[in-house]
Amino acid sequence: MSTKNIEELEREFQAKIDADIKIEPNDWMPEGYRKTLMRQISQHAHSEIVGMLPEGNWITRAPSLKRKAVLLAKVQDEAGHGLYLYSAAETLGLDREKSIDDLHSGKAKYSSIFNYPTLTWADMGTIGWLVDGAAIMNQVPLCRCSYGPYARAMVRVCKEESFHQRQGFEIVSLLANGTPEQKQMAQDSLNRFWWPALMMFGPNDDNSPNSAQSIKWKIKRSSNDELRQQFIDVTVAQAEMVGLTIPDKDLKWNEARGSYDFGTINWEEFNQVIQGNGPCNKERIDARRNAKENGAWVREAANAFAEKRKKKELTH
Amino acid sequence: MEYLTCNHMTTQEAFYSYIVRLGDDSLILGQRLSEWCGHGPVLEEDIALTNIALDLIGQTNNLYELAVSIENKGENIDQLAFLRLEKEYENLLLVEQPNVDFGYTIVRQFFFDVYRKLVFEALCNSTDERLAGIAEKSLKETKYHLKHSSEWVIRLGDGTEESHRRVQEAVNTLWKFTDELFFQDEVDQNVIELGLGVDNSNFKATWNSHVEHVLTEATLTIPTNSWQHTGGRKGIHTEYFGYLLSEMQYMQRAYPNMEW
Repeated sequence: MSTKNIEELEREFQAKIDADIKIEPNDWMPEGYRKTLMRQISQHAHSEIVGMLPEGNWITRAPSLKRKAVLLAKVQDEAGHGLYLYSAAETLGLDREKSIDDLHSGKAKYSSIFNYPTLTWADMGTIGWLVDGAAIMNQVPLCRCSYGPYARAMVRVCKEESFHQRQGFEIVSLLANGTPEQKQMAQDSLNRFWWPALMMFGPNDDNSPNSAQSIKWKIKRSSNDELRQQFIDVTVAQAEMVGLTIPDKDLKWNEARGSYDFGTINWEEFNQVIQGNGPCNKERIDARRNAKENGAWVREAANAFAEKRKKKELTH
Repeated sequence: MEYLTCNHMTTQEAFYSYIVRLGDDSLILGQRLSEWCGHGPVLEEDIALTNIALDLIGQTNNLYELAVSIENKGENIDQLAFLRLEKEYENLLLVEQPNVDFGYTIVRQFFFDVYRKLVFEALCNSTDERLAGIAEKSLKETKYHLKHSSEWVIRLGDGTEESHRRVQEAVNTLWKFTDELFFQDEVDQNVIELGLGVDNSNFKATWNSHVEHVLTEATLTIPTNSWQHTGGRKGIHTEYFGYLLSEMQYMQRAYPNMEW
């Protein structure tokens, strides 16, 4: 077997990518590709897990049995997404516990949206509608991501996300068509979540340093700004349908572009939230850290028990 | 439905109360378990506890649907779930006890699952087909819950020194609520007579031996102090319950008469 030099390997790798051949865990890949994917997949997994908290916040206060059951099922789905995303990251050699420790130390990031508080029941609708809606926009292209395990995980995640988005919109439209208090609750929630939802797509393309390489590697298939625009165009129509007002005075249909023009995003707020200064950053990480610390004795017990059983089997 | 009078209570009234009590047990335990969502000791257990909570809320739904169809007081299942006064809930005291830690949560679940499995097994033969149907579906779920809680009782009991100490403490604390699992009053007497409900005194010995078997394997002991607390089935609760209700009822109380 001849040893190929790194340039050859990289060339062959890029040729596979260009030919839309999936990269699998045991295939050769450039270190940068592996690192980018590990970062993106673990961030995605962390977002699912931290994302359980703002919605979990309302399970015990859900207004009806049906809503309680649906919300439980939804948050449980997110835990499941977290699980298979951590597994996808493990195929790249990233240990789950190490990855979780990076989240707790602040080294690893997660979606900034989950650092906003859920203050009313309407937020359960808005999160499903906008946040899961934005997540779908981001994730549908990832079903075609060049890395096989991630692409396959995304197929399953997207199916469930689209159910989540529908149930969120259903809550919102029920409120928007309900009593004046309910409509107010829905509008207030939209006012709080609209701009943070737009920030979910990340910085503008000219401020997104890793995007070009990711697109070349087909880890990413559309740019941040393209996805954001797509999201706005779809969502404005939905808001109109239920009679809610998007909180952006600059929002206007642009006939020539066939898209909506919209106001300037407060990137300073985005950066502050990313850096840990959002309204709930500390609470979210504290909650996750406490869960891990308070559960340490349980995990230790499970390991100790498994060891004892193994010994017992050996002596019998 | 026949309208027989026994102990000042019509069969219909007794059957209604019987079903609501079963539903209340599911609802309150489901509510307690759902507090764990996002805070479990490991992701897999987060999912498992949430899943059990989900099953219990589903059971509540089915049982309350049956209750409102038995006795039409013009109320719907959400009014039953969210708009009664504290003393009108007749769940077991066991299920309203706080989560405390994973050990308490598992022991509470285990005591309840052993009992619930016996209840649903017997209710599969209820003379009311609708209840028998609910029992059959719920039994399948309860068998999984019991497998899960039994395995954890054994793991924690026979795990580390700390886990043993914690779970033994949970057993000691929660034991005083286990006699109430076998509580009977005129509601039970009425439904037993007609084969609608089950005579839970029949399976007290089975419950005891099952629990003892698992606790022994877990190297845990049954407390010798046998003083027992009851009251849940009469609407007399522990102090924890009011807080659980204020959280659970918040939306329906703050925004009455609305669709969600």
